[in-house]
Amino acid sequence: MRQGKIIRVAGPLVVAAECLGAKMYDMVKVGHLGLIGEIIELNNDQAYIQVYEDTTGVGPGEPVVLTEKPLSVELGPGILGSIYDGIQRPLDIIRARHGDFVSRGIEVPALDRERRWPFEPAKKAGDRVLAGDIIGYVQETPLIQHRIMVPENGDGEITEIREGEFLVTDVVCRIKKESGEIKELNLFQVWPVRKQRPVKERLMPFEPLITGQRILDTLFPLAKGGTACVPGPFGSGKTVVQHQLAKWSDAQIIVYVACGERGNEVADLLLSFPELKDPNTGRPLLERTVIIANTSNMPVAAREASIYTGMTIAEYFRDMGYSVALMADSSSRWAEALREIGGRMEEMPGDEGYPAYLASRLAEFYERAGKVVCAGSEERIGALSVIGAVSPPGGDLSDPVVQATLKVVKVFWALDDRLANMRHFPAINWLQSYSLYRDSLKKYLAEKVAEDFVELSQEAMKLLELEAELQEIARLIGLESLSYRERLILETARSIREDFLHQNAFHPQDTYTSMRKQYLMLRTILHFHHRASEALEAGKEFNDIVSLEVRDRISKMKYLPEDEEALLQVEKEVDASFKAL
Amino acid sequence: MHKEYLTVSNIVGPLVIVEKIAGVKYNELVEIEDSRGHLRRGTVLEVSTDQAVVQVFEGTVGLDIDKSRVRFLGRSQQLPVSEEIIGRVFDGSGRPRDNGPRIIARKRLDINGSPINPDARDYPSEFIQTGISSIDGMNPLVRGQKLPIFSGSGLPHPRIAAQIARQARVLGKEEKFAVVFAAMGITFEEASFFIEDFRNTGALERAVLFLNLANEPAIERIATPRLALTCAEYLAFELDMHVLVILVDMTFYAEALREISAARKEIPGRRGYPGYLYTDLATMYERAGRIKGKPGSITMIPILTMPEDDKTHPIPDLTGYITEGQVILSRELHRKGIYPPIDVLPSLSRLKDKGIGAGKTREDHADVLNQLFACYARGKEARELSLILGEAALSDLDRLYLKFADLFETEFVRQGEFEARTIEETIELGWKLMRQLPKKELKRIRPEYLEKYYSPAGPAGGEKSNET
Repeated sequence: MRQGKIIRVAGPLVVAAECLGAKMYDMVKVGHLGLIGEIIELNNDQAYIQVYEDTTGVGPGEPVVLTEKPLSVELGPGILGSIYDGIQRPLDIIRARHGDFVSRGIEVPALDRERRWPFEPAKKAGDRVLAGDIIGYVQETPLIQHRIMVPENGDGEITEIREGEFLVTDVVCRIKKESGEIKELNLFQVWPVRKQRPVKERLMPFEPLITGQRILDTLFPLAKGGTACVPGPFGSGKTVVQHQLAKWSDAQIIVYVACGERGNEVADLLLSFPELKDPNTGRPLLERTVIIANTSNMPVAAREASIYTGMTIAEYFRDMGYSVALMADSSSRWAEALREIGGRMEEMPGDEGYPAYLASRLAEFYERAGKVVCAGSEERIGALSVIGAVSPPGGDLSDPVVQATLKVVKVFWALDDRLANMRHFPAINWLQSYSLYRDSLKKYLAEKVAEDFVELSQEAMKLLELEAELQEIARLIGLESLSYRERLILETARSIREDFLHQNAFHPQDTYTSMRKQYLMLRTILHFHHRASEALEAGKEFNDIVSLEVRDRISKMKYLPEDEEALLQVEKEVDASFKAL
Repeated sequence: MHKEYLTVSNIVGPLVIVEKIAGVKYNELVEIEDSRGHLRRGTVLEVSTDQAVVQVFEGTVGLDIDKSRVRFLGRSQQLPVSEEIIGRVFDGSGRPRDNGPRIIARKRLDINGSPINPDARDYPSEFIQTGISSIDGMNPLVRGQKLPIFSGSGLPHPRIAAQIARQARVLGKEEKFAVVFAAMGITFEEASFFIEDFRNTGALERAVLFLNLANEPAIERIATPRLALTCAEYLAFELDMHVLVILVDMTFYAEALREISAARKEIPGRRGYPGYLYTDLATMYERAGRIKGKPGSITMIPILTMPEDDKTHPIPDLTGYITEGQVILSRELHRKGIYPPIDVLPSLSRLKDKGIGAGKTREDHADVLNQLFACYARGKEARELSLILGEAALSDLDRLYLKFADLFETEFVRQGEFEARTIEETIELGWKLMRQLPKKELKRIRPEYLEKYYSPAGPAGGEKSNET
């Protein structure tokens, strides 16, 4: 292989000379240790390389081996349930071979080369196939069937296809291309991480991603194939929101990218996912999950690559026709990695020292989400939803990463310090947050949840807005100055906040609420409001109304099991107590 | 022998630039001998074919261009370790300062360490009882956690840190325990306070101290916490000890880092701190934790003083993003004479959920904690309201909450410097305060616990559980 020579080392940036012919974003092996790096700038025969491992002990004169291939991931059976670092090295296998601390210059294939997978063909010899068509299946986990697809440039006629147990590297199918060339397919394909995987057509999202989190599903829903961001200062619960989505959202595949965050949080996912059960199938959630962990103390350049690694894996499962959700926690750390490398390359900085191309890189990333008709001749529909956490310094939303993200995402879940301090979780501010999918999801929600679901959620939103205005007045001239009708609005809004929006992620019952239960809870709260308004009109005492015992029942609805009867019962009790008033 | 270079071309702030070098590696340890034969040490920050940028730990005062001799040692900075290290005091560069002998190395460890493989981490879940109600009750600490104290100038963070070091224990267990203490840029008086306290409680015999005081070279501070953590890793993961690491003061550490960055003319991030401050802090903080299958642990309490008590300043801000929560001290409580002045509401322990509850502390702990937070927050709101409108404008309920907030500060938060409350006492104290409020206000508490604990005279009331 061709070699260059190192002429400069500055932290994660290495410059090598004698690299004429190297291409941008080609992978290289740096120094005697063979550290993995990627070319990010070329200048005559000099290549600027970002190195994905610590460069301590590397110096000028050492060789740089050019692999002449872009940084790529391996896509095939064995991905699910894995934990990878930012460049798809399996951390569990690295640990087994090299111990508890990550050492350098390790080369381990991403997919297990010794495991055999049962392959069941879906096509037969003589069938004509296009790139993206499914040629067969591997039951990767009891939960997920891995669909083996024809890779790019694989259009042609199948000449041979085999059934049985295979290694990922075994040839399972031969395709004769138009040109007469024979293409051999094995169980995995290789794809460069920075290149978007092709789709046939993009669709508008219309179906919600159900998360079981009341404030999200009812007030600020995310569509399958949509994008959302969760910005907030530290301690406001970004990671808990992301973890809750990873655990409960009804996507079929979860790709969780822990990008520059805490090691213990990754440990939490790893230890809790095998125990948590998928609500629909009862199987461990780990069977549908891939974790990319590049924690904050791991090399900074690999952090930059980690979100692309995650995105490419997510796209691959989307291409099989699955609904995939990708969580990136946190995109700010990714942006900081970009800034650090940019700084070392002595680039002209933009806002806050971030490189000028920050916004376009972010837009490019989020645009890889979407609901699509997958490539191939079959009309498969896949969806890839992306939820990015953002950690702005001091919680300041004018931060360039937040601003650049808000320009591209459609859902904004604003985390609020003040709510977090009151231990109101999820600490999502209902006045600042928004979802641009509310209209496009309306039809689906009316059909699948309840006719009046959207109206109820709009009414709740309106009451919360009124509350903010009334509180302002009360603060200036005292609560006494408000009419009873207005004070009732305050009481109901408080009930919406405390009894409905507040949700305890660590309570076994409260952690997940079905759409039906969300609907019934909200309906009961608003039913109380309507009955109370009527009672006020009819001249009943305000204090008697707000001190009704049934309000206590409403506040405990969140702890009731998912049982239609029990939930409807509360509504009946509301009626009964107003009758008795 | 190492080759000697007399080719220093440039000295800027803490940096020395050496020309015409060969075979120099990034991050290599360097020895510089000045014209009087005095030795200083440094590391290579950047190296190209014929030039190396060296950061000098002891500062560049007295160095000259033509007579300084530079030797590259071919390895990164290391700490010699053995069992003998316990009970010793070192300076900020790892040299003994207690007149004791040099450590005879069983091992030499690279002070930069390696990241713990996330797959090897064990999730911290063992509750540490510090005996301080506002920590144990509200923001519990667990083994393997990194929980910083955000303080301000003049606040009693040294006393709190010393109290934690003195009282911290895991319920029902007697295990090998050690304290590693690193001082960066603090004053002689502050350092002596800690040493005296460790000596009085006998903790000094199982402590390792690394001291870089305010009058000592600032650049040395870059290495000090790394030496301490390398030592902690050795004690925890090779000698199976439970190690508590106290780092004071991270603000001075970050300032030293800024000094180097400025001398290298790097593009600054916020407030002149380098853009890689987050990554740099993370490589230290993340060295805390537990490893599967190893009995030892590293629990870390970094202390930092927030400039102007500003939580959004880059140092506390970036720290908060890396650590698993924070304990914030309040000047207002301190002024009211409340010790420890822990501002409960913005303080947080992220790892509490798996460390508390039945079998660890008490079944109702999580609910009590949430309810106390909510009540105290509401009480503080009522207090603000009464400041604007007068107490008469408050509703009866709000007045109850106001009273609750006052009691919470004076009875729950306030305690003696040598008072160690058990977790039972803390939770019971919480119930005592909550009984000031009507039962139906306590919405965050599961009905069964409310039934069991709310009325102290009830069938399965507080008295019974007090004894267990």
